Amino acid sequence: MASPAAAAPPSASRKGLVALAAAVALLPLALPNNYTYEVAIVVGLNAIVCVGLNLLIGYAGQISLGHAGFFGLGAYGTAILAARYGWPTPASLAASVAAVALLAWAIGRPILRLKGHALAMATLGMGIIVSVVIATEDGYTGGPDGMSVPPLGFAGFVLAGERAWYWVVAGLLVATVWLAQNLIDSPRGRAWRALHGSEVAASAIGIDPARHKLSAFVLSAALAAFAGALTAHYSGFITPAKASFLHSIELVTMVVFGGMASSMGAVVGAAVLTTLPQLLTVFKEFEMVMLGAVLMLTMIFMPQGLVPTLGRALAAARGRPR
Amino acid sequence: MSAQLVQFLLTGLTVGAIYALVALGFAIIFNASHVINFAQGEFVMIGGMAAAGCVEAGLPLPLAALVAVAGAMLVGLALEKLAVEPARGAPVVTLIIITIGASILLRGLATLVWDKKIHSVPAFSGEAPLKLGGATLLPQTLWVLGATVLTVALLWWFFNRTLTGKAILAVSHNRLAAQLMGISVRRVLLVSFGLSAALGALAGVLIAPISFTSWDVGVMLGLKGFAAAILGGMGSGPGAIIGGLALGLIEALGAGYLSSAYKDVFAFVIILAALIFLPDGLAGRRRSTERV
Repeated sequence: MASPAAAAPPSASRKGLVALAAAVALLPLALPNNYTYEVAIVVGLNAIVCVGLNLLIGYAGQISLGHAGFFGLGAYGTAILAARYGWPTPASLAASVAAVALLAWAIGRPILRLKGHALAMATLGMGIIVSVVIATEDGYTGGPDGMSVPPLGFAGFVLAGERAWYWVVAGLLVATVWLAQNLIDSPRGRAWRALHGSEVAASAIGIDPARHKLSAFVLSAALAAFAGALTAHYSGFITPAKASFLHSIELVTMVVFGGMASSMGAVVGAAVLTTLPQLLTVFKEFEMVMLGAVLMLTMIFMPQGLVPTLGRALAAARGRPR
Repeated sequence: MSAQLVQFLLTGLTVGAIYALVALGFAIIFNASHVINFAQGEFVMIGGMAAAGCVEAGLPLPLAALVAVAGAMLVGLALEKLAVEPARGAPVVTLIIITIGASILLRGLATLVWDKKIHSVPAFSGEAPLKLGGATLLPQTLWVLGATVLTVALLWWFFNRTLTGKAILAVSHNRLAAQLMGISVRRVLLVSFGLSAALGALAGVLIAPISFTSWDVGVMLGLKGFAAAILGGMGSGPGAIIGGLALGLIEALGAGYLSSAYKDVFAFVIILAALIFLPDGLAGRRRSTERV
């Protein structure tokens, strides 16, 4: 985590938020059928996770290779409460997210003292433990085959159909980015960035590293669980793959690919890396090779990630120093 | 000791030796570049798959093993030359994502060069099990343990008795000072990637007769090797070996006595506990200089 968390000034981030809101409002004009809506919804849900994860990785400077575990727990929590215990889905969703936040708080306290690769290992181990438990406790989770999840609804109203889901997810994404950017510009966000720069220097000016790392960790875990729970209700089916190590890696890759310390970067990273495999299916057996090559080439030539690099190129083209 | 315990210990040591080889690969690259190479597991896969492919094509086994290790080494060199070197100066996390991209690319290439089926490599000296205190011992186990011991001895010689090995150590101690002494950091990085790839491929060839091989075995083996390297203390050579053997034994004993479905959970619970209580790994004290 060597790069400094150079954040855009508040005015630039507000511009980003307006651009995002306009993009999600206009996007349906370019979505011809249910399948494309489906992809857009998955992009939105992944983007919510990535915006949260970016607060932890890009701003507070702490790595997590286990966020798919929180995503999976959020999804299975609401699925089990709703399907096996008959809870109304809004209650099961809220309870699941709250439980994951509490768990993240309990896990985060000891492991956030670790640094660098030790923290990567600890979060990775936590993610693996979650995914093995989910795959093994088939009495509750249906095991490796997964389980079906009741649709999200309350008192006769059921959220169904791609278009309805699109607007809900789009609204939640814009709200998440708004929340994230306000946090980044708040004293707490400045504390995160200070920690990223130097933990010693930050504590010398009175920032409690443990407390602030923990808040970024819990918030990002809660957002992952929230998106996981929504994904479960939306797709109506959930498998342990969503909680797997590979999914954790995918989430981190989205954040770094789009550009760390940039909420727009997290959204763009999620959008590109969610749609890319769909687009690459035309290459059939070459799909994986292409995905790996695109990922490598982008990171080699744009080491700061897509959005910061392009943003700087744009600023340079306008002849205005940044 | 009961025969059952001996059996579990043997299994644990065999798997642990493989983890140790993979962990050494992680440690060597980490020391030279501070990159956690997520493509390390793919070298193991390439070793196993290339050996299986060569044997299926009619090559004698020793030659197949040699081709596999040499081939993986070339892939490692290419990875450094084509992907890591052009990105030098990038943040470490970017370099890590590059290695993740490389692992996806290599898995994809493996499905193209070979296929998505499960392959096996014949055991190096027959399948007839030996008896040891009531436990059965596959001859391949002796190959795994023997080859690991030999490799560790060779590595020790390489890092302590050759100029190239000492140059690698110098770079991992202090990159700038090494550079000022006229050591080519580029060449050190190149050698580190080649060496790590060869170690991974060797592990892949050794374990393939016992556990089979396919295009996607690298993910789990890489993960375990990474865990072993951290358990022992990242960047430490003896740590990687101790970590690997410890991880193998924990898994084998956990699977044998407690629950086979939860063997990975035991391993990672112990790693979490070790990280929280011994943050510098089993190999002990925090060192300002790290050795392989």
